Amino acid sequence: MIHIENLYKSFNGKKVLNGINLTINKSETFLIIGRSGAGKTVLLKSILGLLKPDSGKIFIDNVDITLLNNKELEKVRLQFGLVFQSSALFDFLTIEENVGFYFYQHTNLKRSEIREKVKETLKLVGLEGIEDMYPYQLSGGMKKRVSIARAIIYNPKIIIYDEPTTGIDPISIDKIVSLINDLHNRFLITSLIVTHDLEVGLKLADRLAFLFGGRIIFEGTKEDLKNTQDQRVIQFIQGSSRGPITEMQV
Amino acid sequence: MINKILNLAGYCGDICIFIKDIFFWIFTKKRNFKLLIYEFITIGIDNLPLVTLISFFVGIIIAFQTAYQLKQFSSEIYIASLTALSLVRELGPVLGSLIVAARSGASITAGIGSMKISEQVDALEAFSVNPIDYLVVSKFIVLFISMPILSIYADLFGIFGGYLIGSFKFAIPFKLYFRLTFEALKFKDLIAGTIKSVFFGSIIAVVSCYEGFRPFSSNEVSYAVTRSVVKSFIFIIICDSILTALFYFILI
Repeated sequence: MIHIENLYKSFNGKKVLNGINLTINKSETFLIIGRSGAGKTVLLKSILGLLKPDSGKIFIDNVDITLLNNKELEKVRLQFGLVFQSSALFDFLTIEENVGFYFYQHTNLKRSEIREKVKETLKLVGLEGIEDMYPYQLSGGMKKRVSIARAIIYNPKIIIYDEPTTGIDPISIDKIVSLINDLHNRFLITSLIVTHDLEVGLKLADRLAFLFGGRIIFEGTKEDLKNTQDQRVIQFIQGSSRGPITEMQV
Repeated sequence: MINKILNLAGYCGDICIFIKDIFFWIFTKKRNFKLLIYEFITIGIDNLPLVTLISFFVGIIIAFQTAYQLKQFSSEIYIASLTALSLVRELGPVLGSLIVAARSGASITAGIGSMKISEQVDALEAFSVNPIDYLVVSKFIVLFISMPILSIYADLFGIFGGYLIGSFKFAIPFKLYFRLTFEALKFKDLIAGTIKSVFFGSIIAVVSCYEGFRPFSSNEVSYAVTRSVVKSFIFIIICDSILTALFYFILI
C-alpha cells in the first residue's frame, strides 16, 4: 500500500530524513514512534506529497508520487484521511461544514445530503447534535473526535493520525484509542499512526517503526519490540534520560 | 548590505509569484458568493464607523488649515473647493487605505497566521484545496472592490466635516458651499482617487495575506502582524507618490 525507498530530506543543510526505507501493508495499523523533532511530521508530509523529498521514492498503491505533478498529487491526497495533532478544525466553519468539508469542496451534493452524512459520521464517533456548533465550543477530546469524523467521512483508503492523543485528558485518550481500534476493526482501513506516546501506540498498532536521527532504526511487531537488543530503542521504551539517545545528542 | 539587497530582491520575487498565483485562481475557479459577502461585511462594512470618524475630523482639520492660509487673501470661501480636492484626490484614498491596512490588514494577517500555526492551512492542502484560492482570493476581490467605495465614503464625510467649519465659522451657506465643492471637482479627480484606492486595496490584500503565511510559531504571528501593517503603509505611500506623479503628467 505504502512503500518508501531511500527517502532523503534536508532543511537548510540539516538532514531530517536520512535514508528512510519502510513498507506499510494494506489494512494494517502501523505505528511510527520517535522523539520530538525526529522527523515524523516531515515523513508524514512527504507521504502526503506536501513536501518534495530531496531524493528517494514513495509508492502509494504502486504509483511513485515523487514523480507526480501538483494536479496528480491532489488526487492522491484525497485517498488519505488526516487527523492532525492540533485537530486543525477550521475555526470559522461550523462542525457540519468542517466534517462535510470534503463534500462541499469536491462534490455537488446538496447541503441536506451532506448534513445527513455528517450526522451519521458524528454518531459513529460518539458525538450527536453538535452540527451547528463551532470548534471553539468543544473540548479537546471532542475536537479530536470531530477531526476523526472529518477524516473518515469520505471513506479514504488510508488514515493518518498525527499524535492523536496529544493534549487531551486520560479519559478522552481512552475514548480516542477505543474509537480508532473500533474504526479499524469495522472498516479495515489502513492506518498510519505517528506518536511519541508509546503506551497509546502499542494499544493501536499491528507493527511499528522507530525513527531516530532521520533513519528507521527498528521495524517489527510488538513482540519484536520486546525482544530488541538495540539500546536506543530500549532507552526510549524505558523513558530513561540516560542512554545512547541522549549521549549522542549532547 | 549585499545580503539585505538579496533579501529584498527575494521578497519582491516571492510577492510577484504570490500575485501571479492570486490572479491564476481568480480566473480559474468560480467564487463562493456567500464567502464574498462575508468578507465584504468584515472588511468593508465593519470599517465604516472608523472611516466615518477619522475622515470627518480630517475634513475639519483641512478646512481649518486651508482657512488659515486663505485668510491672508480674505478668500476663506474657497475652503470648500480646496477641502474637496485634497480629500478626493489624496486624503480620502490614502486615509481610507491606512485605516483598512491597520484594522483589516492586521486582522487578515493574524487570522491566516493563526490558521497556519494551528495546521489549518496544512489541513486545506491535505484536502487538496489550495490555500491561496480558499483564503486569499476572496479577500483580494473584496479589497479591490470595496476600497474605492470606502474611499468615496471617506471623501463624503470629510467634505461634510469641512462644511461644518465653513458653515459655523465662516457662515458659508449650504448651497454655496456645495456649489463651490462640485465646481472644483472634476471627473478626472474622482478617477484619480478611485484608481489610487484600487491599487491600495490590492496592496493591503497581497501584503497582509502574504505575511499571514510566513509565521512558523505562535510568537511569530505578532511580528507578522506588525510587518504586515508597516509594509502596507510603506507600499501604499510609495505607490501613492508614483501614482500622484503619474496623474500630474497624464491627467494634469
